[in-house]
Amino acid sequence: MGHLSPELRSRAERMVALYPERRSALIPLCHLAQGQDGYLTEEAMEEVAELCGVSPAEVRGTASFYDMLHTEPVGRYVFAICTNIACMLAGAYEVLDHATERLGIHLGQTTEDGLFTLEEAECLAGCDRAVCVQVNHRFFGPIDEEGFDQLADDLAAGRLDETVPPHGVLNRVVRKVGLEASRRKDSTISRNPQSAGDPPVGPAAAKPEASGPSQSEAS
Amino acid sequence: MLTQAPRIVTARLGYEDSHTLERYLATGGYEGLRKALSMTPEQVHEEVNAASLLGRGGAGFPAGRKWSMRRPAPTTYLVVNGDESEPATFKDHLLIERDPHQVVEGTIIAAYAIGAAQAFIFCRGEFALGLERLTQAVNEAYEHGALGESIFGSQFSLDLVVHPGAGAYICGEETALLESLEGKRGFPRIKPPYFPAAIGLYGEPTIVNNIETMSNLPWIVSNGGAAFSALGQGSSAGTRLFALSGHVRRPGWYELEMSKVTFRDLIYAEMLGGGIRHGRELKAFIPGGVSAPWFFPEHLDMGLDQEAVGKAGSMLGSGSVVVMDEQACAVRAAWRISRFFHRESCGQCTPCREGSGWIENILRRIEDGLGREEDLELLLDACDNIAPELTWPPKQTTICVLGPSIPSSIVSGIHRFRDEFLLHVKEGACPHPPDEVRHV
Ligand SMILES: Cc1cc2nc3c(=O)[nH]c(=O)nc-3n(C[C@H](O)[C@H](O)[C@H](O)COP(=O)(O)O)c2cc1C
Ligand code: SF4
Ligand code: FES
Repeated sequence: MGHLSPELRSRAERMVALYPERRSALIPLCHLAQGQDGYLTEEAMEEVAELCGVSPAEVRGTASFYDMLHTEPVGRYVFAICTNIACMLAGAYEVLDHATERLGIHLGQTTEDGLFTLEEAECLAGCDRAVCVQVNHRFFGPIDEEGFDQLADDLAAGRLDETVPPHGVLNRVVRKVGLEASRRKDSTISRNPQSAGDPPVGPAAAKPEASGPSQSEAS
Repeated sequence: MLTQAPRIVTARLGYEDSHTLERYLATGGYEGLRKALSMTPEQVHEEVNAASLLGRGGAGFPAGRKWSMRRPAPTTYLVVNGDESEPATFKDHLLIERDPHQVVEGTIIAAYAIGAAQAFIFCRGEFALGLERLTQAVNEAYEHGALGESIFGSQFSLDLVVHPGAGAYICGEETALLESLEGKRGFPRIKPPYFPAAIGLYGEPTIVNNIETMSNLPWIVSNGGAAFSALGQGSSAGTRLFALSGHVRRPGWYELEMSKVTFRDLIYAEMLGGGIRHGRELKAFIPGGVSAPWFFPEHLDMGLDQEAVGKAGSMLGSGSVVVMDEQACAVRAAWRISRFFHRESCGQCTPCREGSGWIENILRRIEDGLGREEDLELLLDACDNIAPELTWPPKQTTICVLGPSIPSSIVSGIHRFRDEFLLHVKEGACPHPPDEVRHV
């Protein structure tokens, strides 16, 4: 019995088939597994290894290099507060101090109820919204102390469930066309990319978070 | 606007739905590709040469010239670098989220020009929405006939895969990126070979280009290389997307004609940065990412010009400008930059791995008021050990250029603000207030 759900398993197999070499799918598959379990379990790493044709140790060794891949459980919501230069200049360390106090945990820890994990992030490429914060890799900002409290309250109350799906950055939009299919000479590429059951880009996508007053608004 | 230059890569971003295929098609989308397919690959390449398009990933290497360097082989790969993690850089993130079809179209055009049948867009893993938008765009492009077999009925076929990163700055370095794409840890490869164009993904010739570089191609093909090189000046042709952050009133992205617009315009013009917050004075600014030596008020009238900035001892790099006002602490800024490098060093090379830690620790101790006067010399010494003689550009001592990039900005800060560093030591505390939280 595999660890990945049958649906994910078949998606995983299709992802492996996208690459000229199976091992290239290792990181995408780790994201997929993390989307199912919230973190990389032993069983998941074994299955990823089998799918990619490498040893489980190689999956673990590779995953450990990457900040986004967790080999230990994390909270339902992972706060990543950027403290890099632009956010620091906008008071990121003050906001971070506030966050540790409010959540009652240190950096890298998870609250007892399993709801929140707190991380200090490097630049998230959202510097025009400094202080920039991600929750499960969805962007928020600018965030001040009050904004952080509001965000934590909203998350805890489930008010942001639409915008902030659980872990895993590959869950919501699925690639439709398999390369194997498209490579075959006699193939007709799937003409139905919006098949039922697959949401279009999610609600967060419909309303991109506002960025700073840049050119689009200015001119 | 400040100049008459059109907006090339951000033309569509005024629309809420700029990421959709409908909007893309309604605003000239995929016309560049259609035109390219009516030309030979060599002709497309020639237009890019004529455009004098410099790579937008940081090193500013001419795109057309890079394409010429590929080793002839049956299989050539194209890999688009969307790992954007250089601190204070947020332009590729913007282009991926808000105009993913433009990225896809540019990628297809480049693949056609270099004869690649397989392309990858490596998207930073933290860009969850970006990954969704790109994947959706790829799905739609297949549906539209712009990807897959016989694109728009031509002889050209291409498969395009959106590949997620997983959180490691070093994967922006092109050889580390290829390792990561091969399912390995992101360790930069030992050079030579110097260019993936000779030996890249799976050992095959591979062209690696930046997201913004690709995003310029549809316009260049539609309007001709000459129209592009007519903008800007000299080697700094076209427009460029600048990411402005820090202590300005209006942080944000601004696409500007290169060379013709100055740093003063970018930071102070009402339509752009709008000046320093609270009407304060400018202390220093970073002209092109945190590896770039800092600039000061006397540099404000310089144009946004790759060559001019290079001659003045810094770089336009990734096009990110960070502004520090008079209240900012130079020690704290230098410390945060060194902390970043220490956290993100991949650890293969001793000068980078150890040196970054030393520098971070010494700067932290100075900032905390526990420094000694000798610490300044110690710092410069540690910097010199990573990049001998602290030249600009730095000397190469390590596998990739991350290591030697560490000292340059920090040294520029020490040279300019030596008294401020010493004041920390003398007073046994940081003389500056904590960073003020930006409220909205
Ligand atoms: C440490 C390091 C990080 C880099 N990060 C990026 C990046 O995030 N995005 C990018 O396009 N190029 C990055 N580069 C530059 C790439 O190695 C490569 O030169 C670039 O992607 C080529 O694209 P271009 O010629 O279109 O500019 C980085 C280089 C180094 C040394
Ligand atoms: S210079 Fe630093 S980041 Fe680059 S390969 Fe060496 S240790 Fe890794
Ligand atoms: S410095 Fe915080 S998002 Fe870039």
